[in-house]
Amino acid sequence: MIKIENLHASIDGKEILKGLNLEVNAGEVHAIMGPNGAGKSTLASILAGREEYEITEGSILFEGKDLLELSTEDRAREGLFLAFQYPVEIPGVSNINFLRTSLNEIKEYRGENPLSAKDFMKMVREKSTIVELDSKLANRSVNVGFSGGEKKRNEIFQMAMLDPKLAILDETDSGLDIDALRIVANGVNKLKTPQNACIVITHYQRLLDYIVPDFVHVLFDGKIVKTGTKELALILEEKGYDWIKESAAV
Amino acid sequence: MANYTENELAKDLENQEYKFGFVTDIETDKAPVGLSEDIIRLISSKKNEPEWMLSFRLNAFEVWKKMTEPEWAHVHYKKPDFQEITYYAAPKQTKKYESWDDVDPEMKETMTKLGISLEEQQRLSGVAVDFVMDSVSVATSFKEKLKELGIIFCSFSDAVQEYPELVKKYMGTVIPTTDNFYASLNSAVFTDGSFCYIPKGIRCPMELSTYFRINAGGTGQFERTLVIADEGSYVSYLEGCTAPQRDENQLHAAVVELIALENAEIKYSTVQNWYPGNKQGKGGVFNFVTKRGICERRAKISWTQVETGSAVTWKYPSCILKGDYSVGEFYSVAVTNNYQQADTGTKMIHLGKHTKSTIISKGISAGKSQNSYRGLVQIHKNAQQSRNFSQCDSLLMSDQCGAHTFPYIECKNPSAKIEHEATTSKIGEDQLFYCMQRGISEEKAISLIVNGYCKEVLNQLPMEFAVEAQKLLAISLEGSVG
Ligand SMILES: Nc1ncnc2c1ncn2[C@@H]1O[C@H](COP(=O)(O)OP(=O)(O)OP(=O)(O)O)[C@@H](O)[C@H]1O
Ligand SMILES: [Mg+2]
Repeated sequence: MIKIENLHASIDGKEILKGLNLEVNAGEVHAIMGPNGAGKSTLASILAGREEYEITEGSILFEGKDLLELSTEDRAREGLFLAFQYPVEIPGVSNINFLRTSLNEIKEYRGENPLSAKDFMKMVREKSTIVELDSKLANRSVNVGFSGGEKKRNEIFQMAMLDPKLAILDETDSGLDIDALRIVANGVNKLKTPQNACIVITHYQRLLDYIVPDFVHVLFDGKIVKTGTKELALILEEKGYDWIKESAAV
Repeated sequence: MANYTENELAKDLENQEYKFGFVTDIETDKAPVGLSEDIIRLISSKKNEPEWMLSFRLNAFEVWKKMTEPEWAHVHYKKPDFQEITYYAAPKQTKKYESWDDVDPEMKETMTKLGISLEEQQRLSGVAVDFVMDSVSVATSFKEKLKELGIIFCSFSDAVQEYPELVKKYMGTVIPTTDNFYASLNSAVFTDGSFCYIPKGIRCPMELSTYFRINAGGTGQFERTLVIADEGSYVSYLEGCTAPQRDENQLHAAVVELIALENAEIKYSTVQNWYPGNKQGKGGVFNFVTKRGICERRAKISWTQVETGSAVTWKYPSCILKGDYSVGEFYSVAVTNNYQQADTGTKMIHLGKHTKSTIISKGISAGKSQNSYRGLVQIHKNAQQSRNFSQCDSLLMSDQCGAHTFPYIECKNPSAKIEHEATTSKIGEDQLFYCMQRGISEEKAISLIVNGYCKEVLNQLPMEFAVEAQKLLAISLEGSVG
């Protein structure tokens, strides 16, 4: 699905990613953990195509294509989805209009016909139940006045609508209450197939009780310094990152 | 009937036979350049005007000579030389281009992007006489419908000849000849425009559009419009069109007067898309317009404007809320790009008791442009319990453009309630990135965000007009984020 090799990236001359390697195959769930400021969101932004970052070294292959050659919108159209850590508000643009535009642009890129208004609305109803999103939110402006939890649910709802190959969830669990966490995690699980893959960025093992990862990576100081199975998350929960920092420093 | 729009009308008539297949050979007839009493007498006599019309003009000219061009607006431009202008050239040539091939390709492209059919494009650019005649036949059937209801909708010149009492009674009552430099000039030299009268209790069943008015030809340099809604009547009036309008005349100084008698309502919508000049700021139209309406008891006037064109725009559609319980509204989107300058806003003059006004202004500045909102809310001594709500938002698309807000409030009645809100924001890289991460192209994303930002104003426009205005906004801002 995606293969990242020796990725170096910087912003304003400051190097944030310092030789990162990661490979994700179809059907897998990878969790990325790591202390604040380690570069997790930076990695997500770079994969999605944010232009402020300068890639100084390394390569990213996505479904056999050179990801770095693709524009932001083409990456999305190729099936890469980012659930934002801080979803953005767009006043005056209804969620429905936004999603319809998005879906139709993606379909057009793939040479498919746009959905009729009727089929689209049917799909909206179906998919919003996956994350138990209040149907009223669909008609409100994108994320405007949404509670923190509603914003996160809305991200997963969009993911359900767009059916990506690779979904990157950046701290989708933060700001969710216990029930919402379960609902959102179950939603993500329902969307899981052997053909797609998921990268889950989180600080808490709790989420991984629901979304069970095949691999857990620790990102520290711009590199993946440790990889393990889901048990690694439990150890991190208990011991924190200090022991990893120490071993990484050597 | 209620939903019968011009578009449908046009569709209905599309397949109809060509009824008025005559072509008049038009001779051009131009006055010498410059402005003097003689020129004004010439204009008046060419138009076969009655004595009172001539004295109105001469009177205005006397006033104008003593005035100086206003300088308070936040715009900079080289002042026109008023002795270098030709004030009379008529009948206005409808045929601007010899053939379709002569039409500017850039203009064709823009019209295509707006989704205007080829036929319509040719009509708008005034190429083929057939198409112009086509619209005449459409307009004729349109007029039949109005006539049944007693609605008058004709050119200003026709009104002077055919309805002199109405013109005499109302012309200059809302915007006196002494009002301002450009209005005085217009009063002295205007050549044509539109006239509209809705009789008592009549609800005009379709949007009246200058687009379908016979003899509209090209829009005049000094246009004059007078709309009178008699007691209890309603009219929605559309001015302009979304196709790019080029004009060899640099200075445009129009006057629009609206009169809403007791319980009447006038909705006046404008889409202004005059040539803004090129990317380096060369050329472009100076648009100095005076628009004002007066509301009698329980009457309502609503101005909606989408301003995307002109090199310099100076325009303040205003309401005099004279009658008790009258309502004034102003909804505006003003877009400036490249080197365009706009100074626009409104005046709400509250004279009557329980009068209410709403101002929603959305400025969008891109490139190196300057966009100013200038508004006055004036509550007079006797305007008990009056209310105003103003919201002025500015959206910046680049680091080099400017947005300015000049709200003036004069309140002489303590029972009044005035609320003012203002925001300035820069189009978010984050918003754009969010849209693009969902597969939406940058161009579409800008249009989505901008249309969302202008929604409250666009919602005020009649449906088809709103759709076209949305596309127009997108085109005006193409490639403008930076
Ligand atoms: N525009 C920028 N200019 C300078 N430094 C930046 C910029 N954006 C991010 N950084 C820095 O890059 C580092 C990595 O940030 P990033 O957001 O990727 O961390 P993170 O691992 O997602 O942290 P968290 O767990 O707090 O979300 C931080 O030190 C941050 O301050
Ligand atoms: Mg982060």
